[in-house]
Order: sequence, then structure tokens, then C-alpha cells
Amino acid sequence: MTHTLPTLTHLRRLEAESIHIMREVVAEAENPVMLYSVGKDSAVMLHLAKKAFFPSPPPFPLLHVDTTWKFRDMYALRDKAAAQAGMELLVYHNPEALEKGINPFDHGGLHTDMWKTEGLKQALDKWGFDAAFGGARRDEEKSRAKERVFSFRSANHRWDPKNQRPELWRLYNARKAKGESMRVFPISNWTELDIWQYIHLEGIEIVPLYFSQPRPTVERDGLILMVDDERFRLRDGEEPQMRSVRFRTLGCYPLTGAVESRATTLPEVIQEMLLTTTSERQGRAIDHDQAASMEKKKQEGYF
Amino acid sequence: MTDPIYKTDALIADDIDAYLVAHQHKTMLRFITCGSVDDGKSTLIGRLLYESKMIFEDQLAALEADSKRVGTQGQEIDFALLVDGLAAEREQGITIDVAYRFFATEKRKFIVADTPGHEQYTRNMVTGASTADLAVILIDARKGVLTQTRRHSYLVHLLGIRNVVLAVNKMDLVGYEQAVFDRIVADYTAFAASIGITDFTAMPISGFKGDNITSNSANMPWYDGPALLPLLETVELDATIDQAKPFRLPVQWVNRPNLDFRGFSGLIATGAVRPGDEIRVLPSGKTSTVTRIVTLDGDLPVAVAGQSVTLCLADEIDCSRGQVIAAADSPTEVADQFETTIVWMDENEMLPGRPYWLKIGTQTVSATIQHPKYQVNVNTLEHLAAKTLDLNAIGVANIVTDRPIPFEPYAQSRDLGGFILIDKMTNATVGAGMIHFALRRASNIHWQATDISRDVHSGLKNQKPAVLWLTGLSGAGKSTIANVLEKKLVRMNRHTFLLDGDNVRHGLNKDLGFTDADRVENIRRVGEVAKLMTDAGLIVITAFISPFRAERDMVRAMMQPGEFIEIHVDTPLAEAERRDVKGLYKKARSGQLKNFTGIDSPYEAPEAPEIRIDTTSLSPEQAADEIIARLIP
Repeated sequence: MTHTLPTLTHLRRLEAESIHIMREVVAEAENPVMLYSVGKDSAVMLHLAKKAFFPSPPPFPLLHVDTTWKFRDMYALRDKAAAQAGMELLVYHNPEALEKGINPFDHGGLHTDMWKTEGLKQALDKWGFDAAFGGARRDEEKSRAKERVFSFRSANHRWDPKNQRPELWRLYNARKAKGESMRVFPISNWTELDIWQYIHLEGIEIVPLYFSQPRPTVERDGLILMVDDERFRLRDGEEPQMRSVRFRTLGCYPLTGAVESRATTLPEVIQEMLLTTTSERQGRAIDHDQAASMEKKKQEGYF
Repeated sequence: MTDPIYKTDALIADDIDAYLVAHQHKTMLRFITCGSVDDGKSTLIGRLLYESKMIFEDQLAALEADSKRVGTQGQEIDFALLVDGLAAEREQGITIDVAYRFFATEKRKFIVADTPGHEQYTRNMVTGASTADLAVILIDARKGVLTQTRRHSYLVHLLGIRNVVLAVNKMDLVGYEQAVFDRIVADYTAFAASIGITDFTAMPISGFKGDNITSNSANMPWYDGPALLPLLETVELDATIDQAKPFRLPVQWVNRPNLDFRGFSGLIATGAVRPGDEIRVLPSGKTSTVTRIVTLDGDLPVAVAGQSVTLCLADEIDCSRGQVIAAADSPTEVADQFETTIVWMDENEMLPGRPYWLKIGTQTVSATIQHPKYQVNVNTLEHLAAKTLDLNAIGVANIVTDRPIPFEPYAQSRDLGGFILIDKMTNATVGAGMIHFALRRASNIHWQATDISRDVHSGLKNQKPAVLWLTGLSGAGKSTIANVLEKKLVRMNRHTFLLDGDNVRHGLNKDLGFTDADRVENIRRVGEVAKLMTDAGLIVITAFISPFRAERDMVRAMMQPGEFIEIHVDTPLAEAERRDVKGLYKKARSGQLKNFTGIDSPYEAPEAPEIRIDTTSLSPEQAADEIIARLIP
């Protein structure tokens, strides 16, 4: 018998914690689902789910609340990743948004509101999910720093910040009344660097958009936007230019700013991230809407 | 201002692959900072984020602008603004509680639990401390050991944090004087010993100026101990210590993809496990052998505390969520009565005698808390007599669970000795607790088997025992109906006994008042008496307001199935108040009588009583007949 025991690295401890959280939900919730947005955080979350329940496939479906405006590369990886994990993939489009043709060019904040916030509520109600895993991290933004791992929502999906349960030790209280639901954030304690290191260590497949390559882009309102398909409305005088760019976060392509980069491999992406000097969410238009916007969106039911 | 010492590693630019390999071997330390804004807590956390290069240029630019506008440090950067965001939170009415911050150095990743002060302090600090390996207790060098230092230290010790750093802050404001530091450390040493903290590291720092944060400061050559970050990077982790303890795995989930595989998933609380190890499942005590440690990356030769794994066993033994797989030769104790320390976290006070859910490890059981032995004044550490515990109160009380559970004293295992309490109605987490030890009463007082059984008692009386539980508002007519009912039953040769609310309060329960806590205890005692009487074969009639659903359900659970008949004497409040037979409503309305049910204390009507009596349409005679007709069809 050997006397040297392995020391758990920070990534292994984070991994164990996330797996523990996922298993608690599966043991206590009636009808859980994993929200899957195809980004790097979702990729890590899905990978952790596979580990948590192996050799069983994760005992819940994946849900993509789609806006129809994601990058084409994202749709491709989404379908592939779900199939590889042996999980059912549910895709939901808010029928009202679809009918009204809500889009990021004409409708500003309404686009996020109807497709994502409303769409998510409708999807959870449609399938009767009482627990939804989300890939939010506490290091993303000030209002997330105090978010619980198990976050309770009333029957109409409101988040009541005054009425959140204290979370001690590894004990999560998952009890709820009928109609109430919870959002669960298993990677709360991971930082952006942890996510990247883990993707590297575990060889997790991510969308190629995270790596730099020449892409057709325009510069608009301080953001470099990619012209991913013919729906992109060019303004007068705008001419798509090929730039070597990549994305630090992914969302709807007309709302997601790219960064000019030469990083074409994962280590290079991490290298750039470590040497960069601006915070991650700068590339997302949603946060610039108004002060404390995330807090407000969360109360309304946005993840 | 000095440049951050923990500068970007040159390796990042030169050889990212080498950097990544090096950084895959970091460990993780969780700690909590204790102190109020005035002690410079936010400034210290902001400083740590800055020194470890966790602050981006855009944030730093915003910080510099904010510092000039609203900062308290003149033209210098006010690091406190990085973590404070509190004014905005207060305006929005958002609970200010535990926030988690992250930073990393070359050796470790850190998670800091930041708990702002204010009235919710105890609850927040206990929450933050529950996952911490280490606590930094901040003292303002100008003020020395204060009441709040004592409070913080007590809570840190209560939550079992082994590593305590006493950071004497703002040394720049006392001229970096060694004498000031030495005096504070001497004061603290005496106090710490009195609450059981025998080991701590004291260091003089300035979060604002950066002294003794990343390296030893030239301003205090007299200090030869470690600086803060180097200490945080090297202190022994709880995870390491937990590995050396006996193996325990609380089972979270049984993994059963097909008939050929049955695995038990969970996070290892303490110890290590290898294939071939003998294990014992608790509370059943069944033994088996570990055959495999299964993971997606292949079977493991060994797994240790802190790892989430799936174990396969050699035998098909009963094992499910909530049970504990332990080393066969060193199992945990199993008990159903405990002495505990409880921290109350809800705005509704603790109700001794009321059943709550108790979650410990992966198990949830029903539990009742007894009257506190005492409450601790967290400022003076005095023991105070207490009948209950209010929000943020800490007390010592015994807890009884409805079944035996595997556990360990909290001092040995946070995972198997720490629990939360959940309100059965609201599902809120209302309290947290730590097990000291099991009470021997549970195991040593065996149930005395008697030769004359309850069936003999009731057979002799030629009747089926029952509890006819009349509940309703004061003045609803419970006692009147109960009295008529008993007379009728006696006339039918039934052996009965009437327990009346008012009468019981003259004897058995004369020590109880009308607070919610006392009402719960009142009903618990009556329930126990009624239970003994049913064992004696009697038909027991009770007439108690018994306003809370939870206690009526508690009594129902004490009885044999079918023997508890809940009878709702349903009289509208207006009607009961109009009758006001004892003149009590008048007194309550005028404020002479407090905690009066229906006026300033709630009545929770039964949702599905066996019998409902509408007194606005039935006389007491008719009501009694109706009840008898339902009982003896």
C-alpha cells in the first residue's frame, strides 16, 4: 500500500464541487434540464455532467433557448455535442418573437427580452422543468458575486434577491413548493482562467469562433462585428473587411464584439487572455444598456 | 504607488505551454475576512485583487475615476470601491450578504468570502465561514481589540476554522510602531485562549499602503513573521488534513444505467479509498468490499477527500441516498439525539418542539429542537437563559431526529457534523447547526417491553382507542361540544377522558405562556399524554385551540394510523368574537391580552380534517351526534 495520496489541484476541487452540485439536483429535483448556450462555459458544464453521471448519460435533456441569431458555427457544434453526450436536445423559439420578426437590428433591448428572457420562461413552463442548470460564474460581474448556487424563482420566474437561502458547507436546500423552480449554477466558483485551463487540460471541444481566423467584419459603435450571414444589415458606407479576429464570449452574432487576435490555438488564446488588460464582458452589448442592468434582468428572469 | 509584485509571469509570453503545465498544479484555499468597513476590510480585499493582477485596465480606469469622485483616500486609489458596490445594493433593497471574490497567485487559487457587516452579520459570517480554511480577523491598529473582534473570533472558532490570522491593519496610521502591535497581540492572546483559539498568526499590515501584503515591509523591520500572501500560499489546507481521517462517503445518488452496473456516487468527505478496501454502510452496518472507483477517465487506483467519485461494491447490499459508506473498521456513530449549537437565520423565531427538516450530508430527516439550554451573547460571550432563538441568535440545544442517522462531531467532520434546518411550510433555510455529540439517552434507555399490550388494554374495554382532537378559535365551542360528546360516549359504555385546554394549563402546563414557542410545547405535551391514554385503551377527547397545522400534524404522527381524528370546530371569527363567552376578545381588542389567536396570533385552519363542524348551523348536541355518527357508522 502506498502512503502518498494525491493532492487535489484547484481544477480538481472545482470539478468535484460542480459534480456534487449536479448530483444533488438530480437526486432532489423532479424534472431538471441543462441550459446549453454552446459557449465555452456551457461546454465545460456539459463535460462535467458527463463525468458526474458516468457510465449513465446525464439524466436530463439539454435546452437551447434560441434567438435564431447565433453564429452558424454555434448551431453546428450544438447538435454535435448533444449527440455525442447521448442527450436529448430541446430547442425553443419564442413563437411571438418569431412571428413579429424580432431582431437585434430593429428592436434593441426587446430582442434579448423576448427571445431570451421570455423565451426561457416559456420553455421552462412548456416542459415543466423545476430545475435548470446555468453556466453563470460569480467572477463575471459584481451582481453575480453574491448569487447563490441554488437560486430560487417564484411560480412566475421572479428572482427575489431579499429572499435567497443561506448556503452553508456543501448543503443545498432544494425544497420548493409546487410551481416554484430553481436555477442552479454548478460552475459558480470557476473563473474565466479556470474555464480555459480546464478546457485545455481535458481537451474539450469548443466553437472555432474562439480561435482567430480571417472573418468578414465591420466596425460599429466601438465593436467589431462579424457579418456571419446575409441578414446582417450594412449601414451606408459599411463594407465588410476581412480581419483576423476571435471572440471572448459568444451570443447573438450582431451583438457580439470580436477582438483582433493572432491566437489560433488554445494555449495562445489563454496567453492572450492572461496578457490582455480589459475585462471579459466588454464584448457584450447587453451590459452597457444601463447601470445595474444585470441585476434588473435577473429579477425579470434572465439568467 | 508601487507596481503589483505578483506581476504577469514572464513565462506567459515566453512559453505558454510551460506556464500552463506549471499552473495545473495550483491548490485552492478558501478564506474569509472578518471586520467592518472601518477596519479596512474592503481595502484589503481590493489590494489583494490588485496585487494578484485580477484587475483589468478598464476596471482600474473606472476605479481611478471613482476614487477621485467618491473615494475617501484623496487622490490615491481607493481599493475599497472595487468590492463595495454596496450603496447601489442598498438603494435597490437587495440583501447585502456573502459575496465571493476570486484571485490567484503563482501557487494558489483563492476564494474569499466577503461578508459586509450590518445587522445580518452573524448569519452572513457563519455562511461565509462554513467553507473557509482560514480566517483573516482585521483589527484597526488605532482601536485595538474591540467587541466586534471578540464576536468575529468566537464565530470563527465556532465554525471550526483552524487557521486564524490576526491582521493588525492601518499600521501606517500609528507610525509603524512595534509597541502598538505588541500591545494588541498581547490583549488578543489572552482573549483568544479564553474561547479556545490556541494558535493564530499575528501580523502588522497596511492594506492601504501595501505593507506586509506581498512581501515583508521595510517600514516594519522589527516584524520577522510572514507577509499575508506568502502565508496564504503556504498554509496547510483542510483538504490535506481531511485525507488523513477515516474514509467516509455520504451517498448522493445511486448510478444504475442497466442491470449490470450499480454504483454509489458521492463526494468523499474524509479519508481515502482504494479497490479492495472493506467498507461498512451506515446506519445498516452491512459490510462489503470496494471493487472499482469508476470515473469517465477510467477507474482510479485511489480517491481522496474532496473528490466526487462512483464506487462499486462486491455485494448486492442495500445502500441508497443519505446513507454513509465508511471504512469497515472505523465506522461513524449512529444516533437520533444530539447536543448541538444552533445559529438561527430566519425572521420567525425557532419553535422548540415543532418538527423541521434537518439536512446533514446527503440525508434529510424530520427533527425537533428542544428548549435551548442557553443562548450565547456573541458580544460578551455570556450564556443567557432562553426559551427560543431569534434571527441571528446562537444557542445550545438538544435535537431529536425521527430516525437514527450516521454522523460525526462537527469538530471531526464538517460534512457529517454540520446541518441546516428547513421550515416544513415555507421551505426556507431557517437555521444551521453543529453536532457536539450524541446523547446517550437514546441508546441507553431501551423501550421497556411490557407484558400487557395496548391491545389487551383496549380489548378489556371492548373499544378501539382514538384521539378526538377538537381544534378551533377561542370561543368556537370546543369545550362545550367536547363535554356533551363525552357524556354521550359514556352513556354508550365507552371509556373516555377529556383533556381541556384551560384545565391542562392549571397543572401539567402551568409553566407555559402564549408565545408561539410555548403554544408548540403545550400541544406537544398534550399529544404525549393523549398517546399514553390511547395505549391504555381510552378514547381521548381534547379541546385545544391548537392554532398551528404543524403541531396538529406532529400529534397525528405520534398516534397509530387511523387513531387521530381531527375535528375542526368551525366558527367564523366574527361569530366567536360576538359570543365572547369569557370576555377574552374584548380584552385582546383593547390590547390587554397579547398573542390572542385570531387577533394578533394566527389560526391555521385544518386543510383536510376528518370531521368539520359548522357551529353556525349545529347546536352542541347536534354536533356531538354528528361526530358519533361519523365514528360509529
